[in-house]
Amino acid sequence: MDNQFIINEPLPFCKGCGHTVVSKSTEKALQKLQLNPRDVVLVTDIGCHGIIDKAFATHTVHGLHGRSVALGSGISAGLDNPDKKVIVFVGDGGATIGMQHLIDASHNGFNMTVVIHNNMLYGMTGGQPSEFTPEGFKTPTLPEGAQHAGYDICALASEAGAAYVKRISAIGDISDELAEAFSRKGFSLLEIMEICPSYGVKSNPGLKLKQLMKNAGLDEKVYADKEPRAYKTEERSETSSLLSSKLKIEKNYDSKLSKPIRMFLSGSAGEGVQAAAELFIRAGMKSGLQVTKKGSYPVTVGVGFSASHLILSPDEILYSDSPQPDVMIVSSKDGLSFARKQVEKLDENKLLFIDDSLELPETKAKVVSLPFREEAGARNAMIYALFHYLNQSGFMPMEALKEVFGNSKISGNKKLSELVSGKF
Amino acid sequence: MQALTDGSRLMTESLVRSGADVFIGYPITPANNLYAYSKNRFKTFLAAPDEITTMQWMCGFSIAGHLPVTATSFPGFSLMMESINMAYMMELPMVIVLVQRLGPSTGTATCGAQGDLTLLEGMLSGGYNLPVLATSKANDCWTLAEKAVKTANKLRSPVVFLTSKEEMMTQFSFDLGLLEEISPVKRTFYSSDETYYPYKRDENAIPAFLPVSSNKHQVRITASTHNEQGILEGISEAALKNTLMISEKIEKNLGSYLDYELDEKEDAEILLVSWGVTANAVREAARELNNSGKTVSTFIPKTLLPLADVYVDIITKYKHIVFAEENHNSQLKKLIYGARVPSNVHCVNKIGRMIDPMEIIEEVKKHG
Ligand SMILES: Cc1ncc(C[n+]2csc(CCOP(=O)(O)OP(=O)(O)O)c2C)c(N)n1
Ligand code: SF4
Repeated sequence: MDNQFIINEPLPFCKGCGHTVVSKSTEKALQKLQLNPRDVVLVTDIGCHGIIDKAFATHTVHGLHGRSVALGSGISAGLDNPDKKVIVFVGDGGATIGMQHLIDASHNGFNMTVVIHNNMLYGMTGGQPSEFTPEGFKTPTLPEGAQHAGYDICALASEAGAAYVKRISAIGDISDELAEAFSRKGFSLLEIMEICPSYGVKSNPGLKLKQLMKNAGLDEKVYADKEPRAYKTEERSETSSLLSSKLKIEKNYDSKLSKPIRMFLSGSAGEGVQAAAELFIRAGMKSGLQVTKKGSYPVTVGVGFSASHLILSPDEILYSDSPQPDVMIVSSKDGLSFARKQVEKLDENKLLFIDDSLELPETKAKVVSLPFREEAGARNAMIYALFHYLNQSGFMPMEALKEVFGNSKISGNKKLSELVSGKF
Repeated sequence: MQALTDGSRLMTESLVRSGADVFIGYPITPANNLYAYSKNRFKTFLAAPDEITTMQWMCGFSIAGHLPVTATSFPGFSLMMESINMAYMMELPMVIVLVQRLGPSTGTATCGAQGDLTLLEGMLSGGYNLPVLATSKANDCWTLAEKAVKTANKLRSPVVFLTSKEEMMTQFSFDLGLLEEISPVKRTFYSSDETYYPYKRDENAIPAFLPVSSNKHQVRITASTHNEQGILEGISEAALKNTLMISEKIEKNLGSYLDYELDEKEDAEILLVSWGVTANAVREAARELNNSGKTVSTFIPKTLLPLADVYVDIITKYKHIVFAEENHNSQLKKLIYGARVPSNVHCVNKIGRMIDPMEIIEEVKKHG
């Protein structure tokens, strides 16, 4: 039989290396399946087994140590074509460092076959042990032998959802086994046991592969053989623009504002601070103002403070922070602890709206202390305070805020709605 | 049409309109808005189990002929680094949006920063450069996203699109009518009948691209040092030449993706320089200074890497140069001057918060 897939010989492996068995049997298996070299993408890892790619006439992709399974997954999902066969060659070293990718590919059912060349050690780097090294197996850097069992990747991949999983040893012609795995839809995995003549044989004189596998409980058998849950790449033909006309905010009020107002709202997470701030700037936009809103909060959104820096301006806003706010609104204890320093720095030209349940820090600012929480409830204290602030400052029409409020979910709160329409 | 938006929305929409077709991501603050918008907007969206997988999947999609995008922040980006080196070496088009937050390490997720520029400069083993574009205002989220996609395609290279927390998360009013029309990238794949060499270059040092879906030609893609056939060759002359040619490609075509904003005022002796999130503070400081009769020029580079010679030409014309950056060591300044910073170069630096235009004005006032 002439080679169709292996076009460069000799193969780059030491004499007697199991990797040669795998490569030669792959040639045969692909021929048995009557595949065209252009229909095969061979993805190789870094390791002795990986330098085989130049021998192959298929498409070849030679990536990083341990990442070939993820790379092959991406190629498979990217091609999304059942007529193309993605095959990954990886070592037990690559399978160790990239275990996540094996579990993940099994789990997702990517259409591909992974061939693990398990020689129970890192060949390319000089025979160090991997997580696949079985108990008692010695390597040049582990002359005392491994202290416990290695991973059973077949069991792990099966458990993770692989459609077809089998363990065999690299002895003789294994093309039927490879062809079987290659012909499967979904994710298939073949673990091929080898002993590396250069490091494994030397460190374990007289040890026979079959005997070792038996002792280690690494059975040659099919671990999974089920209906594949083959991955299908989602490709939507049309998605809607993120800039739809729904975003449009029509100006239908006028503002008297002649210079920017910088505001700092500080309250508690989960108390609607960001939503209130957004309503307020929307009202600003309805009044023809330019606005910005910068949020500050801890990473966990549900606890601690939640603060918002707002700028409303008749002109273009460039710098969007407000280290010296004109107005501060503090609606809760968390808000006060976050904003206390700033409150203390406010001068006599600045304004502080603060809930009257809070202890008032030392400040030169003009203070408006009202029972926002008590009257409107904790979750609505900030928007209620903003109504009060607008009522006092009058820099844009109250109607603008009432309109955006009326169109928002918050206005569904009956108590708040009545409070707002009664007072403002 | 006035709308309330954020930079993430503009950027995502522009990336899609420009022809990026797959978003692959792993969540991280402050890149999550990009993730969320992309989930709804990209033709194909994949949630990866980690950032190494993200980059590997992206490389796979790119090899299959797609133009993938991801968005992350330093902790994720650092995990991607080896794979980005791979994508560079394989010459795979893709866009990586890096949303800067306060480091080192996991730092403060919800605080912005400009601390990753020197990281980007040194992230390729061997000291090579990737194209790095950086937003400096809302409209850049739109125009530079297009440039990032088109540069990735044209150069057959990963492109890093650098931005930061406030640029991606702060909401602002914006006239959508100002956005320019975007045409999708036209991708051309190798179509000749002659043997395909995956790394054979044209006069611009750019190799023709062909996905592994090809039924006609063999495609070899390699991360190891390789010759123009894509065959691993160790340190052969052909392989080393190929490695140098990748960087030649990035440098030589700089003109096609060079972007900066220069506002030169006649008689100005002071130049304000910034990039990214601090650019608007510089613009505002300059507006104030110029209104008050103190003329200053401003220079905002948007193509940050490779550094263009013209940047040095611009900067060295001035008597005083003030760099403003939200980091502790003026990273752009460091890239431009190295260890020897002339005494007429001054810096405004802050970490943990945005730089106030007043702080820039104060620095300017110290210098005449
Ligand atoms: C991220 C990374 N870590 C370490 C290495 C060094 N390295 C190269 S090959 C290899 C192990 C190879 O062993 P295996 O995958 O079992 O393949 P084999 O050589 O036995 O065929 C290692 C650790 C690397 N290339 N990349
Ligand atoms: S070192 Fe071992 S694994 Fe590597 S080629 Fe030689 S025999 Fe095979």
